[in-house]
Amino acid sequence: MVRLQREPIRVEDLVAEARGDADGAVALFLGTVRDHNTGRRVVGLEYFAYPEMAEREMTRIADEAIRRFGVSRIAIVHRLGSLDIGEVSVAIAVASAHRAQALDACRFVIDTLKDRVPIWKKEHFEGGAAWVEGGGTASSV
Amino acid sequence: MTVEVRYFASLVDRTGVEAERVDLGPGAGVADLWELLVARHPALGAIGYRPMVACDLEYARWDRILDDVREVAFLPPVSGG
Repeated sequence: MVRLQREPIRVEDLVAEARGDADGAVALFLGTVRDHNTGRRVVGLEYFAYPEMAEREMTRIADEAIRRFGVSRIAIVHRLGSLDIGEVSVAIAVASAHRAQALDACRFVIDTLKDRVPIWKKEHFEGGAAWVEGGGTASSV
Repeated sequence: MTVEVRYFASLVDRTGVEAERVDLGPGAGVADLWELLVARHPALGAIGYRPMVACDLEYARWDRILDDVREVAFLPPVSGG
């Protein structure tokens, strides 16, 4: 189960979507909006996506993680639009019979998502905004 | 043939559009398309790197020939999460 949404993420619902009765573990990762980046005070983030492709890549990553780590189910939700400090921007729930596979798969999913899912953030700070592209900040707006 | 070109993130700021249609001759590839787009939007030529490219929602190489491709997207380094 993967989706992009503009509404806040309900983490408990996500866990429920991932978990089945054969699972003894759910690993949960939450990415949250922090108040600083590269030494600058951040007041909020705005997320944009190539939605059709992003959902496809997220599905592919989840399928790959299920195959590779043998976990039961994976739920991934990523926010789009404007987010305030402290809001959850991405949530990943991985359910598995045992914890080791769930934790390993969860790490794989977030690392791979950040690497190849076509989503971008624009950082808003006092007096301006700038795209974050890859590791650094590409341009000022 | 005609392809739909889509831009994302800072590339939208450089082109001023999110999408546009471009006519290409048979056998044209991603690199040919990019050359044409840079001529149309000179700011694209100044980005200093080669963006990732996707053809019909799949990552593709820059030597990909665009016959049969409907949509080409140029993607700056992603920053989700």
